[in-house]
Amino acid sequence: MSNSKLTRRGLLKTGAGAGLALSAPTLFTGASWAASHTGFTNAPTGSTVTIGFNVPQTGPYAEEGLDELRAQELAVEHLNGEGDGGMLDTFSEKNLDGTGILGKKVEFVTGDTATKSDVARASARSMIEKDGVTMINGGSSSGVAIAVQGLCQEAGIIFMAGLTHSNDTTGKDRKANGFRHFFNGYMSGAALGPILEKELGKDRRAYHLTADYTWGWTQEESMIGSTEAIGWETANKVLTPVGAGDFSSYITPVLQSGADVLVLNHYGGDMVNSLTQAVQFGLRDAQANGKDFQIVVPLYSELMAAGAGANIKGILGSMNWNWQLPDEGTAAFTKSFGEKYGRPPSGSAHTCYVQTLLYADAVTRAGSFAPCAVAEALEGFEFDGMGNGPTLYRAEDHQCFKDVLVVRGAENPTTEYDTLEIVEVTPVEQVTYAPDHAMFGGAEASLGSCNNGA
Amino acid sequence: MDAIFLQILNGLDKGSAYALIALGLTLIFGTLGVVNFAHGALFMIGAFCAVTLQRILTLSTEIIDETKTDFLGNPLKVKTPYVETWFGPEVGQSIIDWSVPLALIIAVPVMLFVGVAMERGLVKHFYKRPHADQILVTFGLAIVLQEIIKYYFGANPIQTPAPEALVGSFDFGVLLGMDPNVVIYPIWRLVYFIFAIVIICAVFGFLQFTTFGMVVRAGMADRETVGLLGIDIDKRFTAMFGIAAIVAGLAGVMYGPILAPNYHMGMDFLVLSFVVVVVGGMGSLPGAVAAGFLLGILQSFASMNQIKAFVPGIDQIIIYLIAIVVLLTRPRGLLGRKGVMEE
Repeated sequence: MSNSKLTRRGLLKTGAGAGLALSAPTLFTGASWAASHTGFTNAPTGSTVTIGFNVPQTGPYAEEGLDELRAQELAVEHLNGEGDGGMLDTFSEKNLDGTGILGKKVEFVTGDTATKSDVARASARSMIEKDGVTMINGGSSSGVAIAVQGLCQEAGIIFMAGLTHSNDTTGKDRKANGFRHFFNGYMSGAALGPILEKELGKDRRAYHLTADYTWGWTQEESMIGSTEAIGWETANKVLTPVGAGDFSSYITPVLQSGADVLVLNHYGGDMVNSLTQAVQFGLRDAQANGKDFQIVVPLYSELMAAGAGANIKGILGSMNWNWQLPDEGTAAFTKSFGEKYGRPPSGSAHTCYVQTLLYADAVTRAGSFAPCAVAEALEGFEFDGMGNGPTLYRAEDHQCFKDVLVVRGAENPTTEYDTLEIVEVTPVEQVTYAPDHAMFGGAEASLGSCNNGA
Repeated sequence: MDAIFLQILNGLDKGSAYALIALGLTLIFGTLGVVNFAHGALFMIGAFCAVTLQRILTLSTEIIDETKTDFLGNPLKVKTPYVETWFGPEVGQSIIDWSVPLALIIAVPVMLFVGVAMERGLVKHFYKRPHADQILVTFGLAIVLQEIIKYYFGANPIQTPAPEALVGSFDFGVLLGMDPNVVIYPIWRLVYFIFAIVIICAVFGFLQFTTFGMVVRAGMADRETVGLLGIDIDKRFTAMFGIAAIVAGLAGVMYGPILAPNYHMGMDFLVLSFVVVVVGGMGSLPGAVAAGFLLGILQSFASMNQIKAFVPGIDQIIIYLIAIVVLLTRPRGLLGRKGVMEE
């Protein structure tokens, strides 16, 4: 005879146990989770697979996020055999046939990062726990990318970063479950250095205004490294608060410092404002040390260029990719995107589109959605036909290596979309560095172990 | 010396914006007793009046140019603004070029309407509610307004350049006998400073020298007695809300060439402007103006490399440090009135 008598002590114990069970995180705990997910987090069981697009839909980078979403939706269409196929036809691997991924129709959910690390992590967590995504893609900010990459590593999910340019993302903060198609600050410096030497000479003094967060710090370090390597001096480097708005009090000391080049390590609205105000303060028309004063913007995007208007004319910078590249893959993607949305894709849109296809291809080659199998398929993977020529996803740090673009603000754009012109396609060899490079965390930096979760 | 002079100039234009927004905030607080967290949104809407006018003036006809192609390889659509078609290329281009100053004209009725609608439609229902409720509802309204602007204009900054004649910089150094290019300052920022002084003088003059202003001042001092004299003070206070909205809006229109308008610009100024109001003294119009310029200048000095080298990060906290010091030594602010927010 069973004793079913409920005592006060028993009730308290049962209640406490239930409370603990309910209050424990639903993620990565408990045997029942693992049992229902065949060895890895969110293993798809039905006829569909869900991937997550975590991009800024509110906040200052919402336009960038919107373009990333457009590209990701297009990639899903192409994976499911809809539309004109885009880069599937030009991609050197031919594993994707328009029947989804491993025969499962691809579905997607979206999250809003709001360009805030805590919001982005909450959004990613929700997509992992509630929507059961197998991969998270996108975003616009290195701080956010590093935060979400850390979460995906813990959860056992593949993370493919969007627009993140800090050396740290695949440097000291690299993770085994994270990959980056976008280039980085070091690559910008390496690509720009020789062009700056050729166009502005060896005898220059640079003044750096730098956004005070991870991306700004590594961008400044990279630019100082590359410009001092060509003989330039660094007159000063000044950190500016993110979202300062009015940069006048940071700009006015520039001419008095003896500098003849201003390097704006700013992005987004900060770059638009600091560049506009530098032009207003007459820096572009000024003379210093017997030379024309020059401004350099190491990282450009099409949306920033549109925001800065005529102020970017003639100003050098770098980009990961541009729709004006002449290769077949770029043409196919630009046509597909342009016909659907009536505008050419931005660089961040390209990154998110390509990463979605590359993830699908890696799953197909691995024959599994298990994150470690997918990561193994992506490590050391070489391919072509996605823009930028032959490309490598390096195994040691999960950084993508490909040609990088040096661009300049066009003097006479014919439309609102060709405000930047390509000055040089810098070959990948010139921007390649050792995995244990000091700017990327040195010998201590490690991917850690891949995590399948569950 | 030249660096100090430059930072004073920098502080004056930044202070002009703080002073104009804080002036409006104080007008509303002084008359209606409302803490209006949507005031920054009015500054932002003013800036978007300039964006809207610029868009209207650049509405264009499209002609297909078969000799050029767009990014998809299709024949290029060349746009010609209607104003250029109607008035000729030179006159049309001049009208577009002067869109920011012209926007002042449309901003006055637009901001008056927005201000009165805001006060009649929402704020008046919170007059007798605690300040915390007022802050919550106006903060919510500010978010709604900025999301509406973002929906229609996007999140990217939109350039509203100054007229060509007012672009460029003025060499103060040469004027003061220094070397050229040592103290140069954008002409538009000087225009903004002068504009701010004119607006501030106009508001003070209106309150000081008109019957309407006299009644409003009397109402601010003793609302009940003015009401007992048979004067409908509420209507006048509603008008003052509209005037405060106009001041914020005009400040926003003219600030566009300095800071490319974006939907979030009001929120960026709002918090600082509230600090300005508190430092100046709640309810004190001269205090708001004086504190606006003072904090603008101090913020500029705090951005100097020499000072940042001594106290890193001081540029980001200077305003709040000053507020703490002022409130500890003068709890009512620099020129605060006794009894305001002390009941």
